[in-house]
Amino acid sequence: MEQIEFNYPAKRKVLKRAHVGVVGSGDLEVLLEPAEGEVAHVFIRTSVDGFRDTWKAVLDRFFANYDGAARIQINDAGATPGSVQLRLEQAVEVSER
Amino acid sequence: MSNKGYNANFINRQSFIELDARERATALFDAGTSRELLGPFDRVESPWLPMQGVTPQADDGCVVMKGKITGQAAVVVALEGAFQGGSMGEVSGEKMTAALDLACADNEKGIPTSAVILLETGGVRLQEANLGLAAIAELMASILALRKHAPVICLTAGTVGCFGGMSLAAGLASYVVMTREARLGMNGPEVIEQENGVEEFDSSDRALVWAIHGGEQRYATGLADALIDDDTSQIADAIRRFVSMGVPPVHRSSQVALYRNRIEALDSSRQWDPKEFRALWATNGSNEEKR
Amino acid sequence: MSEYTGVRGTVWFRALTGQASPMPGDPKSVLTADALLGNDHARFLCVVPDPHARFPCARHGEVGLEEAFTLATRVREVIEHDKNAIKRPIIAIVDVKSQAYGRREETAAIFLAAAAAADAYGSARLAGHPVITLVVGHALSGAFLTHGYQANRILAFDDDGVMIHAMHKEAAARVTRRSVGELEKLAKEIAPMSYDIRDYAKLGLLHKLLHVENPEKPSPQEIRNVQGELVAAIADARTSPADLRSRLESTAARETRKASILVRTKLEAQWLEK
Repeated sequence: MEQIEFNYPAKRKVLKRAHVGVVGSGDLEVLLEPAEGEVAHVFIRTSVDGFRDTWKAVLDRFFANYDGAARIQINDAGATPGSVQLRLEQAVEVSER
Repeated sequence: MSNKGYNANFINRQSFIELDARERATALFDAGTSRELLGPFDRVESPWLPMQGVTPQADDGCVVMKGKITGQAAVVVALEGAFQGGSMGEVSGEKMTAALDLACADNEKGIPTSAVILLETGGVRLQEANLGLAAIAELMASILALRKHAPVICLTAGTVGCFGGMSLAAGLASYVVMTREARLGMNGPEVIEQENGVEEFDSSDRALVWAIHGGEQRYATGLADALIDDDTSQIADAIRRFVSMGVPPVHRSSQVALYRNRIEALDSSRQWDPKEFRALWATNGSNEEKR
Repeated sequence: MSEYTGVRGTVWFRALTGQASPMPGDPKSVLTADALLGNDHARFLCVVPDPHARFPCARHGEVGLEEAFTLATRVREVIEHDKNAIKRPIIAIVDVKSQAYGRREETAAIFLAAAAAADAYGSARLAGHPVITLVVGHALSGAFLTHGYQANRILAFDDDGVMIHAMHKEAAARVTRRSVGELEKLAKEIAPMSYDIRDYAKLGLLHKLLHVENPEKPSPQEIRNVQGELVAAIADARTSPADLRSRLESTAARETRKASILVRTKLEAQWLEK
């Protein structure tokens, strides 16, 4: 199991925490919570090692459109980049409802 | 005007099977009365899975919610079938058992509190082996204690079904609710084929699998108390009915003479056609409900 | 060697009761006897292999339909008989290969048969009977849930022929897609996965590990010692609550089941909120 961390700049407060997804085969769980300061922290635990660059690419794309100061925990069991993107968007949607 | 040609109920129904554990549990409560305990943000996870490179889930695949069902206090514990096959680990097992014990304590304080356990599970989580097995034994003990006071309702809707040691928990329940898609049995077809060959059980024969373990067969042979369509509101209705019914006069697992005699009467020299078996065991006697 | 031989059950049943037969009308795979144990007239139960069992998948020491319902019957008999009297101890001697794996068994709801036996044992415990399990050989999975795991106290011998587990090594390796070697390596670091009874003892579920030089040929002194341990376990059960909390309150559990204890503590706190 690999643990990967990323930080991104953030501009606005996150109001509500959100949880989406399941750590099923090919799926992932996202926990999104408010964080202090103007940074978003991403913590990934994945059972598929060696894909740091792919994770960075997906997150770079996600954070290009998201500027919340969030602590995002991802528990992954081999999801595709598309599924990761989807779950992140769902989490944001729930937190901004 | 001609008949529209479709069943409006069918179109409008909402699949229960497509819901995850959290959504299933929430759907069973009276609107707005439920809250989750030890949810994902509490992060009480398996200490054992990370040690073997398996990503843990923040709720360990077990959702505990407390609230009201048909105006009465109830706790619902739902296993997430999509996480490790809904298998019982140390934490998920303890969440379920402790929730039932708390419900039992409330009953003893004069607050009637029922339990609904949603079992989509293959049984013991082999990555936690003996703690998973022990958790099932402890859960069974807690079911026995609670069901004296209030009903313990087992709901298995599919697609995972209820297998392994957790089938004994279903066996101890006050009421068992199933859909046609659901299956209930101690040993799944693959395990039987592994142990005793394809002649004993061809696990690729889907029709055979459902004919033996499926909800319709279990209901027709008096081993499940209700067979409900895969529709969230109908399932929630069924759960409400069983909560209202309260503790049955005799639990199925206590009807030893009845079942021992039935086993003794069976011709063990051959396999039985599942339909033929329905004729032998059609009446349960006590808890059966016509849908 | 931890091969299942199926002889230890009969050996210990005879050693502790002086008998080794089923009750009239019962299948040969279930031995039941009432015998003196300390000052009690205890009921002893044991599942043993019967190569001529009615059900083909239950001929090598498996706990099948008949075995489970026979256990349930003989345990309930004690509950009924002692309704208004002293609650006699019930002793489960355990050396069981597994549950029975058969189509007949699944069709005829072996899950319910197993539940019925566990119900009987658990109900006896809740009614005040001291239920003590003595694991003399194998105690696997569904078979152990059926016969033995509802006890107030569990004792086991500390030798290689004793194994408590959820699934035999080869099958577990297959299901988890590992080699047996990989499984054994994991089992060394992860106590709940171990096949060694001494590691099982670290989980806090066992009341006591007992030493017997050769469990298949115990000496008269060793038999007396085991009887003494059973008597002590009975006394301990009688002066404790009838639930299974002792499994979580043991010294070993406080070390290896910290997560369970945390769950219980936090859940209770959140239950009472609001």
